[in-house]
Amino acid sequence: MLFFTKDLQFAYPGQARYHFQNISLEAGESLLILGRSGSGKTTFLNLLAGLLIPDSGEVVLDGVLVNSLKGVQADRFRGENIGIVFQKPHLLAPLTVKENLQMARHFSKKEGLDLDQLLDELNLSQKAHSSISKLSEGEAQRVSIARALVNKPRLILADEPTSSLDDENALKVISLLQNQAAKIEAALIIVTHDQRVKDQISNFIEVQAP
Amino acid sequence: MNLLKLSWKYLTHKPLTTGLNVLLLALGLAIITVLLLVQHQFEKKMTQDAAGIDLVVGAKGSPLQLILSSVYHVDFPTGNIPMDEAIRLSRNRLVKQTIPLALGDNYQGYRIVGTNHDYLELYQADFSSGNAWNEPFEVVLGATVAEKSGMKLGDTFSSSHGISEGSHDHEEHAFKVVGILEPKGNVLDRLVLTSIESVWYTHDEEDEESEEQSEDHHERFHHEVTKTGFPQTDEDREVTSLLIQYRSPMAAVQLPRMINSNTSMQAASPSFEISRLFELLGIGVKILEGLAYVLIAISGLGIFIALYNSLKERRYNLAVLRAIGASRFDLLLLILLEGISLTFLGSVLGIVLGHGFLSVLASQNETGVGAGLEAWIFLPAELWIVIYALFVGLLASLIPAWSAYRTSIADQLTRK
Repeated sequence: MLFFTKDLQFAYPGQARYHFQNISLEAGESLLILGRSGSGKTTFLNLLAGLLIPDSGEVVLDGVLVNSLKGVQADRFRGENIGIVFQKPHLLAPLTVKENLQMARHFSKKEGLDLDQLLDELNLSQKAHSSISKLSEGEAQRVSIARALVNKPRLILADEPTSSLDDENALKVISLLQNQAAKIEAALIIVTHDQRVKDQISNFIEVQAP
Repeated sequence: MNLLKLSWKYLTHKPLTTGLNVLLLALGLAIITVLLLVQHQFEKKMTQDAAGIDLVVGAKGSPLQLILSSVYHVDFPTGNIPMDEAIRLSRNRLVKQTIPLALGDNYQGYRIVGTNHDYLELYQADFSSGNAWNEPFEVVLGATVAEKSGMKLGDTFSSSHGISEGSHDHEEHAFKVVGILEPKGNVLDRLVLTSIESVWYTHDEEDEESEEQSEDHHERFHHEVTKTGFPQTDEDREVTSLLIQYRSPMAAVQLPRMINSNTSMQAASPSFEISRLFELLGIGVKILEGLAYVLIAISGLGIFIALYNSLKERRYNLAVLRAIGASRFDLLLLILLEGISLTFLGSVLGIVLGHGFLSVLASQNETGVGAGLEAWIFLPAELWIVIYALFVGLLASLIPAWSAYRTSIADQLTRK
C-alpha cells in the first residue's frame, strides 16, 4: 500500500473533534473527498499533507509515518514527496513560469522531472518565460499543477482545483492531474464538491461534520 | 532559483518602493561618507601643512586669520610687519629657526609666496624639474599650479596684485619659471614660490613707476637673492609673517606672551588655532551628522514598513512556499535577505554618491582648501558604514522576518 491513514482524529481548540475514516491508495489510484462546506474536507487534506498534526492516528506515505516528522525534516519530506494543488494557483508573482517551477525544485534534493518536457506536456512551453500576471486563469492553474509535479511526488493532493475554472478548463485540469499522477505513479486525492469532477472519477469518500 | 535570487526578484518587483528606500538610505550614508572623508583629509592636511611650524608671527589681527593666511594660504593676510622688528625677534635665544614670508600677489588665483630656501626644506620639497630660485623674479611652481597653468621651465608670466584672481596686473617685470616641484599633496602644490626680493621689487615698480630705470635696473634685478634668513637691505622693508621653530619647549610658554605684549606683532600657534577652528566647524558637522542619522533612521523605518506591508500581501505566497518544501528558517532567511540586500545596495550607492559629491566639490574649488581633497581614496571607516547599514537592514527586517517564521501554513491556506 503506497498511502493510507489510520484512525485520524483532530480537534481545533474548543471545537468538536473530527473522526476521519481510513483511506488507502495504491500508486496511480485516484480518490475524491466530498463533503459540504465546513464538513472538515480541508482539515482532512491538511492532515494528509502534514500541514496539520493529528491528535491521534497515522498518516503513512511510502512507509514513512508522515505525522511523526518534525521541523525541517517534515518540510523537506513534504517538498519532495507531496505535491499540493490549491484552489487558487498562488504562484510567486515576481517570478516567471519556469522560475516558479525552479523554486519548487530548490527545496528538494531528489531528482525531479525535466522542466521543459513538463511544460511541454502541460501545453505551457510558450509561456515558460512569461510573467505570472500575463497568464489566464486556466494557464495559471496548470502552472500550479506543474509545480506540484516537478519533484515527482508520491502523493498529489488537490484542494478544489476546478472551482474557479470554466467547463473546458476544469476537464483539462482533471484529466491532466489523472494522467500525470498515473505517469509518475503517484496517488491522487482531490477534495471537491464539483459535479464535473465526480463525473470523471468514481472512487470517493464523504466527510461528515462531527 | 535560490532564496537570494528570490529575495532579489521580490525587490525588483517593486522598483518604486525599493528605489525610494535605497535612495533615502544612500543619501544618509553619502552625507556620512563626505563628512568622514573631509574630516579625515582636512585633519591630515592641516597637521601635515603645519608640521614643523611652532608659531606664526604677523601683524595684529585675528590669530586664526594669521594662521589661515600664512600656513594654509587660504585667508587674507592680516597686514605686514617691519623687518627690523622681525630680525630682532629671530635673534631671540628661544627661537631656533625663522622663515620670513612676503605675500600679496597671485597668478591666476595661485598665491605667490616670497620666502627663502628654508621654506622648501620645511616641506622637504623635491624638484621634478629645474631648481630653486637664485635671482629676483625667478619662481618655482607647485605641482598643481604647473599642471593647471601648463607652464614649463623658462616660461614667463606676470602676477596680479592681491591674493585672489582678477585684480590688476603687474606688467612691468615678468616672472620666470626656473623650477617645478613634485606633487606632495601639501600646501606647496598650489603655491608659486619665489624670493622675498621678487615680491618687494614687484611692488617698488608700482610706487616709483619708472623714474630711475635703466641705470641701476640691471644691478638691482640681477644679483643673488638671500637663500636663508632675511634679505640684506638698507631700506625700510616689510614682510608679511614669520614661521618660527622653537629651540626648547620653554619657548611655547614665554615667546607668544612676549611677542603679544611687547611688540607691535602678534603670535599665533597653528595647533591651537586649528583645534579652535575644528571646534567652530564642529557644530555644523554635528548638525549634518544628525541629519544623516535621521535620514538613515527614516530609511530603516521605510524598509520596515515596506517589508511588513509586502508580508501582508505575501502571507499566502509564504504559506505556499512552505507547502512546496521551504522550512520556517528559509522564510526567515528570505525576509532578512531582502532587508539586507536593500541596505547593502543603499550603502554602496551612498558611498559612491559621497565620493562623487566630493570629487565635484574638489573640481569646483581649485585654488582653495578644497583643492587638495582626494575624492577617490577609500577609508577603512567606510567599511563600518556598510556594516552599520547592514545592521539597520537587519534590525528593520527582524520583526517581519520573525512574523514570516511564525506563519502557520495550514491556517493561512485554509483562509481563502
